[in-house]
Amino acid sequence: MKTLTVSVVTPDGPILEDAYDMVSCKAESGELGIMPGHIPMVAPLTISAVRLKGNGQSDRIAVSGGFLEVRPDKVTILAQSAERPSDIDIDRARKAKERAEQRMADKQSDIDMRRAELSLKRAINRLDVHDNNF
Amino acid sequence: MASLRDIKGRINSTKKTKQITKAMEMVSASKLNRAEQNARSFVPYSEKIQEVVTGIAAGGGTVKHPMLESREVKRTGYVVITSDRGLAGAYNSSVLRRVYQEIKQNHSSTDEYTLITLGRVGRDFFRNRNMPIDKEVTGISDQPDFADISTITSETVQLYTDGKIDQLYMYYNHYVSAITQEVTEKKVLPLTNLGEQGKAAASSSYEYEPSQEEILEVLLPQYAESLIYGALLDGKASEHAARMTAMKSATDNADDLIGDLSLSYNRARQAAITQEITEIVGGAAALE
Repeated sequence: MKTLTVSVVTPDGPILEDAYDMVSCKAESGELGIMPGHIPMVAPLTISAVRLKGNGQSDRIAVSGGFLEVRPDKVTILAQSAERPSDIDIDRARKAKERAEQRMADKQSDIDMRRAELSLKRAINRLDVHDNNF
Repeated sequence: MASLRDIKGRINSTKKTKQITKAMEMVSASKLNRAEQNARSFVPYSEKIQEVVTGIAAGGGTVKHPMLESREVKRTGYVVITSDRGLAGAYNSSVLRRVYQEIKQNHSSTDEYTLITLGRVGRDFFRNRNMPIDKEVTGISDQPDFADISTITSETVQLYTDGKIDQLYMYYNHYVSAITQEVTEKKVLPLTNLGEQGKAAASSSYEYEPSQEEILEVLLPQYAESLIYGALLDGKASEHAARMTAMKSATDNADDLIGDLSLSYNRARQAAITQEITEIVGGAAALE
């Protein structure tokens, strides 16, 4: 059976490069499932988990600020940050979540609100990926 | 002629300075290694993002985005990358001199430009000259993460999006090799030359989800930010290389100086001994 080469790349270096059977992720326009032989495509990703299935196992990666480039036999995910569950700093994510919630409760200017919202999303995403909550 | 004690003192102090420069040289050498590695691990990301961006910019033909089009220039932004600390040879001064000349040539009033400085030396330089600094970051670590500077890069790109600046240039030392660094000027925004670059590379046509415009909306700011981050990594590698070379030549100079001083120390000692002998012999001869 054909496989997809998946590589996840961030500015701090490549995170992962391996062969999988299927990639499912959440793009801005909705959930996407990609299997080998997919039409070439580019789509921005939301702050979410990317799930990779193959070899009877499945991996998860928390991404933020990323997009996806698909070719028939290759998927590249470019993200500003991407972490495997084992690399996630759980304490930091928890603290970031608390801080963001605090800030949103304080109701400051719109820009701060938007930033707090984004950082809350990132923190929740990291915690979910770490604890496998789906 | 300096006394024996004076020369001895100078030899000792030069030796101590040499120890320091030698240590700094070795520290910079190991930092340079790490910085080179960081710059290398950034390459896959930057190549890929460039490939996709040029692919879209060249493939579509109809795509329009403010970042892709040049507009009338009322205000220019300059990103200047320097180090926080000195003792790095001409590393900082060459970049600063270049930027200063460029600004003096192109602008007559301070309303026409603004500076974004990364590094303390650059900030102090422009502050002393009363030039407008819009944003500044100091204390960037030697091995910067993307997260460390993502705030300033996104704010800088925001300046352009908000129309506060109409073009953005970047000045930094490009790392050629451990002994050569080149001051480099790079135009970050608008991204006008993407189309031409992309025409050669645009082999694959993509499906865009949801649309090209919306992807560019996300992608172009990211691309511009990654350019700045790349320059910073490049700059860091150059900084350590420059410091290493500067410290190496300082160590060599200290060696030369110690050699010269030892020679005159020995000469002075010999002269003193000779003089003593002459005095003793003279004294003995007077007794006979």
